Amino acid sequence: MNNKQIKYLIYALIFIYAIYQTIVSVQASTLTYYDLVFLLEGLERTVYISFISIIIGTFFGVIFGWMKVNLGVFGNIILGAFLDVLRSVPLIIQLILFYAFMGILEIEISVFWVGAIILSMYTSAFVTEVVRAGIESVPQTTRRAARSLGMTYWQDYRYIVFPLGLRAVFPAWISIVLSVIKDSALVSVIGYLELLKSTEELIAKTNEALLLLLGIGLFYFIISYPISVYATRLERKLKND
Amino acid sequence: MFEFDYTFHWITVWNVFPEMLSAAMVTIEVAVISMIVGLFFAVFLSLGKDSSNELFRTPSIVWIEIARNTPALFQIYMAYFGLGAFGIHLSPYLAVMVALIFNNAGYLAETLRGGFASIPHTQMASSRSLGMTKFQAYRYIILPQVFKVVYHPMTNQMIWSILMTSLGTLVGMLELTGKTDQLQSLSFRTFEFYMVAAVMYFVIAKGTLLLSKLLAYKLFKGDA
Repeated sequence: MNNKQIKYLIYALIFIYAIYQTIVSVQASTLTYYDLVFLLEGLERTVYISFISIIIGTFFGVIFGWMKVNLGVFGNIILGAFLDVLRSVPLIIQLILFYAFMGILEIEISVFWVGAIILSMYTSAFVTEVVRAGIESVPQTTRRAARSLGMTYWQDYRYIVFPLGLRAVFPAWISIVLSVIKDSALVSVIGYLELLKSTEELIAKTNEALLLLLGIGLFYFIISYPISVYATRLERKLKND
Repeated sequence: MFEFDYTFHWITVWNVFPEMLSAAMVTIEVAVISMIVGLFFAVFLSLGKDSSNELFRTPSIVWIEIARNTPALFQIYMAYFGLGAFGIHLSPYLAVMVALIFNNAGYLAETLRGGFASIPHTQMASSRSLGMTKFQAYRYIILPQVFKVVYHPMTNQMIWSILMTSLGTLVGMLELTGKTDQLQSLSFRTFEFYMVAAVMYFVIAKGTLLLSKLLAYKLFKGDA
């Protein structure tokens, strides 16, 4: 056996031992089958709110990004200030403020939508910069060439700017997606029962802090790590092309 | 459409404003310390990740990937609740500090790695051939250039660090958000208190950015 095989053998042994230890400690703990279901429901909510926020946030981000490139100075100042506030105030504060504001206006709104709206706006603030960078990464000459071939303004965007710009900023968008998944944990402050909040409740109930936290840490890691590896590879590939 | 039946009571906030200011100082203090200590670890992590020695490389990679791929809130919970299983009971202040150092070190390590990668190998080779020791080459040639490249990403990380301290409220730490929560629970003027806190965070974040720009102007004589 060479060095590499020994290395992987050691990793495999550590892995098997970790699984064995996990099974033993889960059996020894006071956790039940229903607690696991409870956690999985939390996971489902985390994925759900992240998914909705990414979709809505990207949609608005694209619109804001387009506006940033095309608006004049005045519009840019207003839009820029709005997005700046979203990025410079902690998400927790934004969530609580918006929730309290809805209370003041006496609007009935579920915690889910408070979280989703704020998370979407927060996402859009970051997507805006990415979209702006994407549009500006397409050389002016290319776009002028497209227009002089008789393409309309929208055709230029659809067939020239979109495919070229997307290639340039796709990895950056992926990393925003990852941070939204992680930031969705904060929606727990207004009482939305997502993965981390469910865990917290289970910790209070069963007192198995370490086991539960390691478990959900693994959950987040499994969601996040493959995507981040993929994004890094993609970025390297696009750079070399 | 909206029955606006609410009177804002800003005076309630104004009465306890000094307390909020001192809480803001705690926020800045934690952010700055965790940034400095985090940077210290980040240097070792970034060198470790590219090292050929397995004993340095594996722990560095594990640290960096965990710090970057799990929520900061999870890391704070881990420091606060998780370490308890090993008999280590940290105060909220220390737990947040440890978690933020862990998080900052992971992110800064990647920033630094990018910085080191941007310096051509020939720089090292030529400093060595001019008779500098390896330490001198790092001290006088490599690090000043790396610093210039990582300065702006580091400013961003500093602002992140300030915003992340707000998570401390969830483990009962009395930084700006925690203090705000405590104060508003006396009068239930939630909106007013958090509005003021939001403005304070905004001012701190923008102030940091401004300070960093002024410093950059001084340090790099305007060429960065």
